[in-house]
Amino acid sequence: MRNWRAKAVAALAVPVLGVTACGQAGSGGGLAIKVDGSSTVGPLTQAAAELFSDENPDMRVGVATSGTGGGFEKFCNGEIDIVDASRTITDEEAKMCRASGVTYRELQVANDAITVLVNKDNPVDCLTVDQLRQIWAPGSTVSNWNQVDGVRFSAELTLYGPGTDSGTFEFFAEEINGDKEEQRADYQDIGEDDNTGIAGVMEDEGAMFYVGYEYYAANKDKVKALKIDGGDGCVGPTPEAVQSGEYQPLSRPLYIYPSRESMKKQHVEDFVDYFVDNSAEIARLAGYIPMTDEQTAKTKQALRG
Amino acid sequence: MVDQDTPPRRARLASTGARAAVETVFGEQPRGDKVSGLVFRSLMMLALAMALVMLVSLIIYSAWRGWGRLDLDMITEKPSRIRPERAGYGPALLGSLYMILGVIVLVVPIGVGAAVYLEEYAKRDRWYNRLIELNIQNLAGVPSIVFGILGLAFIARGPIGLGLVVATGSITLTLLVLPTVIIAAREAIRAVPPSIREGSLALGATQWQTISRQVLPAAAPGILTGVILAVARAMGEAAPLLLVGAAGFTPFLPLLFDGQYSALPVQIYRNAVEPREEFQTLAFAGVILMLVVLLAMNSFAVWLRNRYERRW
Repeated sequence: MRNWRAKAVAALAVPVLGVTACGQAGSGGGLAIKVDGSSTVGPLTQAAAELFSDENPDMRVGVATSGTGGGFEKFCNGEIDIVDASRTITDEEAKMCRASGVTYRELQVANDAITVLVNKDNPVDCLTVDQLRQIWAPGSTVSNWNQVDGVRFSAELTLYGPGTDSGTFEFFAEEINGDKEEQRADYQDIGEDDNTGIAGVMEDEGAMFYVGYEYYAANKDKVKALKIDGGDGCVGPTPEAVQSGEYQPLSRPLYIYPSRESMKKQHVEDFVDYFVDNSAEIARLAGYIPMTDEQTAKTKQALRG
Repeated sequence: MVDQDTPPRRARLASTGARAAVETVFGEQPRGDKVSGLVFRSLMMLALAMALVMLVSLIIYSAWRGWGRLDLDMITEKPSRIRPERAGYGPALLGSLYMILGVIVLVVPIGVGAAVYLEEYAKRDRWYNRLIELNIQNLAGVPSIVFGILGLAFIARGPIGLGLVVATGSITLTLLVLPTVIIAAREAIRAVPPSIREGSLALGATQWQTISRQVLPAAAPGILTGVILAVARAMGEAAPLLLVGAAGFTPFLPLLFDGQYSALPVQIYRNAVEPREEFQTLAFAGVILMLVVLLAMNSFAVWLRNRYERRW
């Protein structure tokens, strides 16, 4: 029995010591920056963190993606340094932050475009906002493309969309239906797994799916993005159209909210500066649409103010 | 050491002999009984085949989709946004290992202690002991996400307030698998024959001496097997960790009480929902990595049981 116990202790001790040794070798008292928030903005901050850590190996920038709302909750609770946000802070969240004494800056870092994706064989190229509203309005009973005003294509309509707690859902519902909580309920809710929506559109001639630009950019050869007519003619989701403001109403700015308290720490300030100064390169690496010069100037001003 | 195969082989011999004897005395069994026996047997085989086919197709599909990334980088490299073809599971793997070691350190003394109390000290007829037993059985069936909420409210925030760190993940997973460990440890302790205890007590040993020198060493293989299987389950959990702060992107090695961390299942999930092909390949490669780690742990449990199990 003694022998057996000794062996068991040895078997457990080896990995413990091994891991402890690795941990000590790697950590070296680094400087932590905690980021959480939108899964749309996450990739941008991750690219920024990676570039920044390449230059400053001591930095420990971690980026979680629990959604814009989840991010603000932790932020106002003082648990993280920066929120990734695909929308501006709500009054309720601002009140929560004020109550716990967390102050912040609002910095735009890139542009996003909600793209409306359909099958490559779908002959429809462009929809007006009114047509989109017919399809997506709460209580809508449109079940075939030919039931939409002015569309002659006949195929059963299958709708894919994100879950209701997604910033993308709120934005699309607000712009198309006029209320961020109102949208027809009988669509395929793909939650946060946008690849399911892409796969659905690829396989089904009559499918439609709306998603952030990054997913369209990575799947351009597999699906077609509809042009949107917001009143001034059909415009496709190209980086140029988004930057010039012509892709309306489905363009949106992406933000980070660093806390002013955290930015008093040198390494957090350095990271935010780095992010803003290199935003164009970061947007390109992460597959997003960079800011215009005007937007960049505004962000820099907000950083100093 | 007793030959492991003996009891099943003996049983088979006994049933074959009995069947032969029945046939000589009463004649052959009616046709209907034979047919229903055959149907039942094939249904059981079908059930086994279903389970095996599912597992094998999962492994083959993951290996096929993840083939391009079944390399060393996958284990050693950090997650990467700008170099997806070289991104890996390094910090996530280490985060999982830290957490699992934390779980072992916490769950063994607490779980075995509770099991020893319930089996050796507790009086069955006291209402509070029965209440405890009932609760442990119930807790074993509670969905893991509930433990995640508990961990967020009481360990990350609230009274303990550790923050969203590795230690919080460890404690949350410990709570999750504690009932399983207690149940396994109780089974193992109960399997030690009373004669061993009685002999020890008769020779003048105290109850504590009996437990620590006779009962626990004899039950240790069973307890360890239970612990390893429970820990393997903890290792595969993603849901509660998402709530207590496991992040998708931590390109640095985790610390126990400071900074963000990731875990293998969480990282696999995050990679799987990425739009770029490289990340999805990496996700499938991660599934294979996860299966290898779990298989190693389970094999270790089987080996322990076969090596040290005693029969009375």
